[in-house]
Amino acid sequence: MTLPSQATTPEAGSGPSPAAVAGAGGSPMVGRSPAQLMWRRFRRDRTGVTSAFIVAFYFLVAILAPVISMVYGKDPYTTYGQNQPGLLNDYGYPILPNGGVSGDFWFGLEPGLGRDVFMQLVYGIRTSLSIAIVVTIITTVIGVVMGIWSGYVGGKTDYVIGRIIDTLLAFPSQLFLIVFLPVVEAAVVSPEEETPVWLRYVSICVVLTVLGWATISRLLRAQVLSLREREFIEAAKVTGASPFRIIFKELLPNLWTPIIIQSTLALPLYVGAEAGLGFLGVGMTEPTPDWGRMFLVGSNVYHQDITYLIFPGVSMVIFVVAFNLLGDSLRDAFDPKTRR
Amino acid sequence: MFRFFVRRVIGAAVILLIISAVTFFLFYAIPRDPARAFCGKICPPQNLILIRHNLGMDEPLFVQYWHWLVGIFTGRDLVQFGQCDAPCLGYSFATQESVFSAIIDRFPVTISVTMGAAVVFLSFGIITGMIAAWQQGRPLDKIASTTSVIGASLQIYFVGPIVVFFVVDSMGLLPRPSYIPFTEDPLGWFVHLLIPWVVLSIIFTANYTRMTRSVMVEQLAEDYVRTARAKGMSSRTVFLRFAWRGAMIPIVTIFGVDLATLFGGAIITEQTFTLHGIGELAVRAVQNTDLPMLLGVTLVGAFSIVVLNIVVDVLYAFIDPRVRLA
Repeated sequence: MTLPSQATTPEAGSGPSPAAVAGAGGSPMVGRSPAQLMWRRFRRDRTGVTSAFIVAFYFLVAILAPVISMVYGKDPYTTYGQNQPGLLNDYGYPILPNGGVSGDFWFGLEPGLGRDVFMQLVYGIRTSLSIAIVVTIITTVIGVVMGIWSGYVGGKTDYVIGRIIDTLLAFPSQLFLIVFLPVVEAAVVSPEEETPVWLRYVSICVVLTVLGWATISRLLRAQVLSLREREFIEAAKVTGASPFRIIFKELLPNLWTPIIIQSTLALPLYVGAEAGLGFLGVGMTEPTPDWGRMFLVGSNVYHQDITYLIFPGVSMVIFVVAFNLLGDSLRDAFDPKTRR
Repeated sequence: MFRFFVRRVIGAAVILLIISAVTFFLFYAIPRDPARAFCGKICPPQNLILIRHNLGMDEPLFVQYWHWLVGIFTGRDLVQFGQCDAPCLGYSFATQESVFSAIIDRFPVTISVTMGAAVVFLSFGIITGMIAAWQQGRPLDKIASTTSVIGASLQIYFVGPIVVFFVVDSMGLLPRPSYIPFTEDPLGWFVHLLIPWVVLSIIFTANYTRMTRSVMVEQLAEDYVRTARAKGMSSRTVFLRFAWRGAMIPIVTIFGVDLATLFGGAIITEQTFTLHGIGELAVRAVQNTDLPMLLGVTLVGAFSIVVLNIVVDVLYAFIDPRVRLA
């Protein structure tokens, strides 16, 4: 197996790398795989490591939501404000200042229904993040398959896939996102019936996937096109390697870097897109907690209770900033040649 | 030039045809009978059949699509609603208004929002990007890049209400965002749309700052810049008179690509500030599963983007003398 990146990464990383300098000091030169080199570079990047911790924290919150709910002693569905007197005033707004933030309700109460904002947020993150992760994985897989297929096979296949990608990218995707949601659902349930939660979940994933795979696919196609003409692929072909072997053993190892970087950058976009659907009122429906729908509620009550909007908003900004910074750091670590 | 233009127009027509066909056929996946909605509570079967016939819904799908398509160019006689003139996109199932005139009514709102925002983010993005490139590695550059990372991570539906809360509700600096036709009151138009423009442009500005900075840095390393410097031009002259022209080319390209995203952003912005534009029309049509309205909005949205893309391509030829449109 040939890895052209192996030839370039050590020399690019050799400047500050202690391994290269240590040769004179008696300790033998250590051979490192590209992955090890990448890891070493990444560990030194303080911004990257911090963002990685923040991102990991969000993932933990999403995974451990039921545990948090147990420890905290509340759930996202109970309407505390309506059940207990003295929490909401006659207009449905929290009596305590700052949206009812207190020792009992850390992030306050939802105006109107009086649910616990902290729990809403934790479970909302769980919903949105899981959709974003599912979509990122599926779009990446489809994008990789289509990208390699069209790039490697070329000819008519490439033309057809290329035109499909062009058309998809020309779509005003936000519009299509909201337009196609009812269509996907209607394929299973008639519009008069109540849409089950799982179906809404699946259709959001389907629509985001259908509109999302083209970007990564186009990028990988370009990569494959340039790799295809390289000597090591030719050598593999001459030695009689099967297309299967060439794709999985020769091409794919060289594509991991763009694949990982692209999916890291795509995930926060999907979180934003899913939240956008929630905000427009076509995303996850009540009573399933949803990060985006909190903005919809927030935009209706912000004149009286701005605090309600602050929590989902700030948490989303922190998440997206951390994820974008993580993506940048990963790109630097994988590919030290590109300096931004 | 002419051949290029013809080729692009044909390509655009094909894309529009595909988009409209996909939307049309996908929508008939909805097992739903709009005729029943018109018929009222007590609906004799023969009335239902008549209404279906009047709506043209008793014909095969391909025929219906064909009628719809021909109707755009020649108009058609929709018995249920009466005569529908030349750019006929049918009538809304939900509100019974003409789809085309509903869209035309709201078009100025969406155009004002998107184009105003485009002016804001292009000027801000390019200026800050240039400052960052000029100050490479110095504090101003660092500030610009940090701000742009944060700016790119903000959400319209979060920033919008926050800005309204502080600028309008608390400080009373600007009026609540709404749409006032430019022809009636240019100043009012400007003042009332300022907040939507700024908020919508925040996410885009960051992108353009980053991009302008990196293309400017690239341009400054080009041979022609070195030649100009060698001939004794000051850095300032090189920067302000030469380098930025080269940098504009990739920026125009990206702007063409961003138009579709900008339209998407307009949907969210209109919803955030309750402006009655095309985006709001689309969201309401989705909630009502209003097929003719959705088809119309999708087609008009795609049409505007495709047309603007051709405009951008032509603009390209004016900016970059190396591009020959043949």
